[in-house]
Amino acid sequence: MNKKLRNENYIRYVERKSPKSSWFKSLFHAFLVGGAICVFGQMVSDILKSYFPLMDLLTIGAWASVSIIVITIILTGLGVFDRIARFGGAGTVVPISGFANSIASCAIEFKKEGLVFGLGAKMFYIAGPVIANGVLFSLIVGLISLIF
Amino acid sequence: MITSLLMYLKVLLVGGTICMIGEIIIITTKLTPARILVVFLMIGAVLGGFNVYQYIIEWAGAGATIPITGFGAGLARGAIIGAKTNGLFGALGGGLIATSVGIAVSIGLSYLIAFFTNSKTKKN
Repeated sequence: MNKKLRNENYIRYVERKSPKSSWFKSLFHAFLVGGAICVFGQMVSDILKSYFPLMDLLTIGAWASVSIIVITIILTGLGVFDRIARFGGAGTVVPISGFANSIASCAIEFKKEGLVFGLGAKMFYIAGPVIANGVLFSLIVGLISLIF
Repeated sequence: MITSLLMYLKVLLVGGTICMIGEIIIITTKLTPARILVVFLMIGAVLGGFNVYQYIIEWAGAGATIPITGFGAGLARGAIIGAKTNGLFGALGGGLIATSVGIAVSIGLSYLIAFFTNSKTKKN
């Protein structure tokens, strides 16, 4: 009887203790991985800036995003990205890599359902809402700025 | 040298903090990653629409453009610039024009990679 009570107390103790430490750890991992991806993007744009000094800032930023998108999709195809995502959590979801990975992983997973309604349609399972909301909002912003 | 090092520190700080906020939202609200993407896109689009995000990009460079908030801000900003330079046509198409490269590369390369790989990720 005493042993049972002790076990229950122990389980409660573990429940109270464990989420907090993993909470801090996953925040740190997200910060580290997300920050590293952004630093890589900054490195790409700095290299581009030194080779093409006349390129404007928006184009350089777009190239940095594209470089991360390409690397993410290749790593997703190789099956490596899943491991990074498990470590980094939101650190891989929030940067543009999360967007690219969502398209690539859905495309790979639903390929067996066919090229048209499998790959072609379901590759937008996660990215579709993102694009739809984004385009809708950009239309609203564009029309408002046209009026004012 | 020191200025570029400082820049990288800013990039790490801003980019990491945005991702950390995402992790906090995931842990506390149990939102799925797809909703996180939409939420951050909308935050970025609102900040871009009010011309606030531009200052964050000026301060932190890739730390602000690489997160999906930068994608949203690019959509909003493209629409504003399009409306100013091209009228109604620009207002309707400017957002997609500004972000078209990223979307096109994501879709095209994903199609290509999926075409030549077989799903191994199903295992887990």
